[in-house]
Amino acid sequence: MCDTIINIVNIVGKEVVRTVVGLIGVFIVVIGNAIMLTWAERKVAGHMQRRIGPKEVGPFGLIQSFADSVKLLGKELLTPANVERPLYFLAPTLIFVPVLVTFVVIPFDGFLQVKDINVGILVILAFSSLTVLSILIAGWGSNNKYSLIGAVRSVAQNIAYEIPLLLSLLPIIFMANSFSLRDVVEAQKGLWFVFYQPVAFLIFFVASVAETNRTPFDLPEAESELVAGFHTEYSGMRFSLFFLAEYTNMFIVSAIAVTFFLGGYQGPILPGVVWFFMKTYVLVFVLLWFRWTFPRVRFDQLLNFSWKILIPVSFLNLLVTGGILKL
Amino acid sequence: MRVVADIIKGAYSLIVGMGVTIRAFFSPVVTCQYPRETINISPRFRSHTKLVGDPENPDRTKCIVCGMCERNCPSNSIKKIEGEKKEGEKKKTATSYILDFTTCSQCGICVESCPVDALAFSSDYNPVGFRREDFHYDLVKEYEKRKKTA
Repeated sequence: MCDTIINIVNIVGKEVVRTVVGLIGVFIVVIGNAIMLTWAERKVAGHMQRRIGPKEVGPFGLIQSFADSVKLLGKELLTPANVERPLYFLAPTLIFVPVLVTFVVIPFDGFLQVKDINVGILVILAFSSLTVLSILIAGWGSNNKYSLIGAVRSVAQNIAYEIPLLLSLLPIIFMANSFSLRDVVEAQKGLWFVFYQPVAFLIFFVASVAETNRTPFDLPEAESELVAGFHTEYSGMRFSLFFLAEYTNMFIVSAIAVTFFLGGYQGPILPGVVWFFMKTYVLVFVLLWFRWTFPRVRFDQLLNFSWKILIPVSFLNLLVTGGILKL
Repeated sequence: MRVVADIIKGAYSLIVGMGVTIRAFFSPVVTCQYPRETINISPRFRSHTKLVGDPENPDRTKCIVCGMCERNCPSNSIKKIEGEKKEGEKKKTATSYILDFTTCSQCGICVESCPVDALAFSSDYNPVGFRREDFHYDLVKEYEKRKKTA
């Protein structure tokens, strides 16, 4: 049995096997994370409003999200009349691609990483900006005013917040001297970067909340104004792909924050992968916490906050970091 | 300078808000898991009316079949109040008292107008039925049923 496996690995090549196995692992993490987070979100929402949340299906309602996903899978795929058909079909698929690709470079543990690319963070930032494209496609293709308004808002918002996102990561890249995520983690052996760069961490976290389109920056899908924003016309499995992408994006931004500021998989006693997931889910909890605390910002406030506060402050932070490193 | 002060004040308010929600997160829930548990119905709760038993003679209700409630009912929900005079008693005893709960609005005029205080509101908060006739209550029969279970 073992010999056959080794033979197969030798025939197809180690790199291919590693990628395939890695992608399967990524798929499992993505699906498991989304299922767990939908449950966690409803549970957290419940307790923050002093309710219980899901409790009927399974112990503590744990199987609720399975039941929901079965329901969504079984639904008829409705295609509204007069939609831009190719674009309408493309958008839910397209939103899922960047989500999968970004997982490839995240180091879950010292050796638990699908591929360590030496420009890892650039890959993540480049692909995560594809999300906004698929939101735009979904909004445009739906032939619905609410979808379109949501999509247009999303574009303006994502452009505004991608800049501070990148600018807040640059000082870390200065300090670690590398774009590779594993090098960044290894550079935090002594002290986590959050202690050197608290301002950058704050800016990154705020910008990443905006990037994932979550409250208080959930203008693209603002329920109270736009029905459901860009995914108004989507139902069944197509809707659940958007949903899946949102929850996976939450995981990804938290994972990047952990990798860049909170020491990644480093920690005493427990294995690295446990530390990594623990830190990531603490940040995910903070995201949920934000959602059930803060009201939605107005659109001018949103853009003013990014262009007038976050970007100048992150530039200043970058400048100071560069100056100090030069000295 | 004012901008900086605004930012600090705003950031502080965000932290205060997060404190409120996290305290709510760790405090006990206040909801009642309805089908699994129920709360006590307050004594002033108004459901359909019920006939009150006579404290001197538990076999009969206080109702003397005068028909005041029937005459005063604004939606004509009370029908067919009948009674008979039993041997050795001064007053009539009700044998039938039909309340049409589908048109009753729980106004309480019948309760107030009853000269012998024979009517009261019950605390039956979840009546269900498949037919309209399920809500045509015979309060005398209900009283007898209550007496049996008590």
